[in-house]
Amino acid sequence: MSKHLIDLQNISKSFGSNLVLDEMNLYIRENEFLTLLGPSGCGKTTTLRIIGGFETPDIGKVIFDGEDITKLAPNKRQLNTVFQQYALFTHMTIAENIAFGLKIKKKSKSYIDDKIKYALKLVNLEDYGSRYPDSLSGGQKQRIAIARAIVNEPKVLLLDEPLGALDLKLRQDMQYELIRLKKELGITFVYVTHDQEEALTMSDTIVVMNQGYIQQIGTPEMIYNEPENAFVADFIGDSNIISSTMIRDELVEILGVKFPCVDKDFGENKPVDAVIRPEDVELITLPDDFDVTSSGTSLDSDSWKETGRIQGVVTHLIFKGVHYEMEVMANGYEWLVHSTSLFPVGQKVGINIDPFNIQIMNKPESEDEEAAPIEE
Amino acid sequence: MKNNKFVKFLSVPYVLWAIAFIIIPLLMVFYYGLTDINGKFTFSNVMAITDPVHLKSLYIALILALISTVICILLAYPLALILASIKNKNEHLIVFIFILPMWMNFLLRTLAWQTLLENDGIINNVLSFFHLPTLHIINTPAAIVFGMIYNFLPFMILPLYNVISKIDQNVLNAARDLGANYFQALLKITLPLSVPGIISGITMVFVPSLTTFVVSEMLGGSKILLIGNVIEQEFTQNSNWNLGSGLSIVLMVFIVISMVITSIFDKEGEGNAI
Repeated sequence: MSKHLIDLQNISKSFGSNLVLDEMNLYIRENEFLTLLGPSGCGKTTTLRIIGGFETPDIGKVIFDGEDITKLAPNKRQLNTVFQQYALFTHMTIAENIAFGLKIKKKSKSYIDDKIKYALKLVNLEDYGSRYPDSLSGGQKQRIAIARAIVNEPKVLLLDEPLGALDLKLRQDMQYELIRLKKELGITFVYVTHDQEEALTMSDTIVVMNQGYIQQIGTPEMIYNEPENAFVADFIGDSNIISSTMIRDELVEILGVKFPCVDKDFGENKPVDAVIRPEDVELITLPDDFDVTSSGTSLDSDSWKETGRIQGVVTHLIFKGVHYEMEVMANGYEWLVHSTSLFPVGQKVGINIDPFNIQIMNKPESEDEEAAPIEE
Repeated sequence: MKNNKFVKFLSVPYVLWAIAFIIIPLLMVFYYGLTDINGKFTFSNVMAITDPVHLKSLYIALILALISTVICILLAYPLALILASIKNKNEHLIVFIFILPMWMNFLLRTLAWQTLLENDGIINNVLSFFHLPTLHIINTPAAIVFGMIYNFLPFMILPLYNVISKIDQNVLNAARDLGANYFQALLKITLPLSVPGIISGITMVFVPSLTTFVVSEMLGGSKILLIGNVIEQEFTQNSNWNLGSGLSIVLMVFIVISMVITSIFDKEGEGNAI
């Protein structure tokens, strides 16, 4: 693994009586695309601003490339930021915007001209140099903001919800654009967003945050498939989060029915949360005269293959394009199900879940624990 | 369409107002300015500005107005920066305090400066109490400039504060992020972006300073004649409306010129700020 480029050590930050970050520890490796993901007010933007130098942490240190930069002014840092609302200089042309940082650094005219050309080409806006920002669309402004930042050859590019103001189609296009830029530039991206899809699409590493605490750090696959707690499971994509009991290792009782699973070491008869992704719920068509009120199928019999472990009735059906989204009422819980096959409303169905697709999580012990720090 | 008619109807009082109190008086000024006592067309009233006394009064008025405008900018700009950077609930209270003098009568405020600046006024009393040399300020151009600055400073502060406080903090952050230190960001971002505020501030300070006759009369004694005083005297003491109007036309021309000059600066500021 490549070396740590940025190390946030024990960072805390309050605004008035409002604790925004609480003893946060995070490292960012060289050349990775790291995304800080979380709902508004989770501290992700404050973290970015601390890295950028626009906020000073109350306690803790920011180490950049082995140097303590906690108190260094933003203009002395080897990183650049792409701001949320573009923050272009409206009184300057696009070319002057891009040249701003280079002129401050007193680069030669020919060097600056080359860089402007290169940057405009990189963001596919070659003929826009003499225009003013006000004449550009949102997506174009965003690309200029990126161009203005990268001509300074920063080691790290900080992006604060850069796609937040764009419409869906443009946002998707810009995601690919950003991945391409990241590859071409070969620098570290630190990206802040509340959009889980954006995070999953672009990141090497996702840091899920809530109420000033890091909830989970991992690759998009890890975050999606093995959420560490109910908050992460709920925030990343849709989930069925069902209060359950861990009977023993590899056996969990969900809604009164025993399901084999692969998780261990939770103890015996321990209350837990079971997380099941909607696309992992397998449905089986049952005959109309099937009695779905009886609860479940015994573990030992083989009948679950034909009738499912839990039986229920489809209550809602929406066509989503790639798949159908259904809700199935079974044993008093409304299951969210994604399937490419259609099961009409009123259809009696059996539910099966592959043991690998049941994710067991400890229940939070108190209301607050959702926002507790994770153990390293 | 109905809505359109209603808007038109609403505008009637304003149109009448403008005709009665702006257009007609202006036409009267032009009529008197361009005729002699017998009502015959003449340029002599306008050309009277070439009279050395008139020319000198215009010259002094221009210089003093310029000095007070420049000092007002220099005083108001840092203050506007500070006010705009206060980001708490006291912000409006502090702005309010600086605007508060405007609530008092203009003549009263100027009269107060007379008492302060007099040869045996409060300032000199304090100075002599500490055995410091007293100052002779009253009835000098300096006293007039004092009065102009004190009276017109709020008109510079307000537009500057308005425009600076509306600059997106992230635009300044972006400048810092791109390597600019505080003063570079101030010079290359805040200053050019606040040009509209500077322009309206200049207009609102320079024009009343150039035309005032009250300040110069009260603080300059009758020793220093500004063009405003000359015009005032033509109307009141000499009852020569034709000459007063003619000189007013000249003054208007100078105001228009000054506004054209500032608008040229405005365009330059927008174009090449770096």
